[in-house]
Amino acid sequence: MEQTLSDGRGHSLDLKGIGHAFGATVALDEINLAVAAGELIALLGPSGCGKTTMLQIIAGFLRPSKGEVRFDGARVEHIPANRRRIGMVFQNYALFPHLTVFENVAYGLRARKAAKDVVAAKVEQMLGLAQMAAYARRLPGELSGGQQQRVALARALAIDPGLVLLDEPFSALDKNLRLDMQIEIKSLLKTFGVTSIIVTHDQEEALSMADRIVVLNKGRIEQIDSPDALYDRPASLFISSFIGHTNLLRGTVTETDRVQLDAGPEIDLGRSVQRRRGTPVTISVRPENIAFGAERPGAIPVTIRATVPLGAVSVTEGITASGEAVKISQARAAGIAKAQTGDAAWLSINDTSRVSVFSTPIDDLSKHQQRSV
Amino acid sequence: MNPAGTSASREMLPVVPLAALFFAAFVLPLIALVAVSLFRTPEFADLSPAQYLRFFADPFSIKVLTDTLWLGAEVALATLILAYPLALVYVASGPFMRTLITFLIMLPLLTSTVVRTFAWIVILGRDGIINSAMLSLGFWQAPARLLYTWQGMVLALTQIQLPLMALPVINSLLRLDGNLTRAAEGLGASRARIFITVILPLTLPGAIAGWLLVFAAAATAFITQTLVGGGRIILMPSYIYQQAVGVQDWPFSAALSLIFTLAVTGIVFAIGALSRRYLRGVDAA
Repeated sequence: MEQTLSDGRGHSLDLKGIGHAFGATVALDEINLAVAAGELIALLGPSGCGKTTMLQIIAGFLRPSKGEVRFDGARVEHIPANRRRIGMVFQNYALFPHLTVFENVAYGLRARKAAKDVVAAKVEQMLGLAQMAAYARRLPGELSGGQQQRVALARALAIDPGLVLLDEPFSALDKNLRLDMQIEIKSLLKTFGVTSIIVTHDQEEALSMADRIVVLNKGRIEQIDSPDALYDRPASLFISSFIGHTNLLRGTVTETDRVQLDAGPEIDLGRSVQRRRGTPVTISVRPENIAFGAERPGAIPVTIRATVPLGAVSVTEGITASGEAVKISQARAAGIAKAQTGDAAWLSINDTSRVSVFSTPIDDLSKHQQRSV
Repeated sequence: MNPAGTSASREMLPVVPLAALFFAAFVLPLIALVAVSLFRTPEFADLSPAQYLRFFADPFSIKVLTDTLWLGAEVALATLILAYPLALVYVASGPFMRTLITFLIMLPLLTSTVVRTFAWIVILGRDGIINSAMLSLGFWQAPARLLYTWQGMVLALTQIQLPLMALPVINSLLRLDGNLTRAAEGLGASRARIFITVILPLTLPGAIAGWLLVFAAAATAFITQTLVGGGRIILMPSYIYQQAVGVQDWPFSAALSLIFTLAVTGIVFAIGALSRRYLRGVDAA
């Protein structure tokens, strides 16, 4: 275990009954969230879901219409942003373009009137950690996107913050660089042991960075869970389609543990679906939870539309008799015959315990998705 | 197909009227001015640099020039100090207030300089608004002389030239990324510190542009200088007028005009060049 570097330790953060309205528009409603010290949380949701408002309330740029914000148990709504000891990393990094890398990182320390030698030592340490020591005399305009991000994080961490807020920090980076920076920044934040909140609309970013993910939709929290739990046991149809890829199929409950799919078969879920017989439902099955198989009870007949190779996996799409599209994701390996367009095939579900059942009709979801565009 | 030469000259055709006007109304008179300034006597006898030597040998003339440049600098500084709070209020305001402020800034530009100057005479005069108010409220025992003073002239010119400063400063403040001030605030900086270390340096190009505009406009503001200064304060524009129209010494007034023009444009270019050299990273914002 690496030793942690900041003396101040991460704050714990509690949001209780937070609500915020801009005029008649409700941006946030009844937000309750407890973040442990040192935890890395992602606020995930489509644009307009209220995640930026939430970030601004935590940072102190915005006072909530109602509710409590507590750092280490103490209320802070009345404390302005410049006295909250929060490190911010902005989407566009917001580095001061007229100041060198050194002066940028030193800014917060100088604002706190730290002694000159303390500033120099701290900046040197931060730039070393961010692997930017060689660039201390450069201006931000002379740096690449990844380098600017390292400086932005070094600047935020230099003030020994109790909390670091990152607003869409990877969206300005090339896709190839993103995963590298996500790993690097996650390890830096963990090394510091600082409590961190990352705001993003990118589920991959949330899945790769966070200890826990808070899914926001229309100003409300839909689910708070670990990345794995969120993926395997989404609490709503919205989440199941927002996190990762999924197949949504219509059906009707026939027995407590069985659903008759519009696509043909009746499937046995091996557990109670907690709904009455005759209830129309939508089931969500991940593409990697479906395999090609033989004709047998529970198998779904489809006509193959196309197969696309995507590096490590290949994805095949089939159409059911009811006209629903089903994607199948398979690891590419020798010996698997490629399904040809127009072929008939039978699909089976590998693990019915990882199939989610929702009462929400699919049509409602498309309204969700329109909002998120 | 037209030969290349023909098509290029066709493309230039639309600017011919403007170029002709510019040549006839600006370049030719300027050449005439240079020519006239090179005569030794008002009767246009003997070509010599005598008028320039006369100017630089005369402490009075040099004092008039430096006073005029100083007036421009002082007015530009005053408008700068007034423009920043105005611009900060503007940027922090909603759409309605912004429209109102823009209207108030533009309003002086919609009335003639002569009218605005006379308004200042009414305000500053011996029986003007300020004197009557201060006398009747008992603050002053006797009317103060406000008109025909240096301070009165700076005051009037500051009001009249303010739009030239406010608009570029507002413009550069609007272009400033709000995340930069938020970042500074999040890092613990006070409002004053944010202004000095972030807002001011990053809006300096706008401030310098405004300063140069106001400097040039105030230094050369013949009407306001003459009416509010009342002829008691001799500055370059009225000095040139007096030499040309009163004394009928055209060669000397031509030399004065050229020296004045070169001094003002020289300062404008020098400051422009210096700011481009030293404002590192600002345009990268």
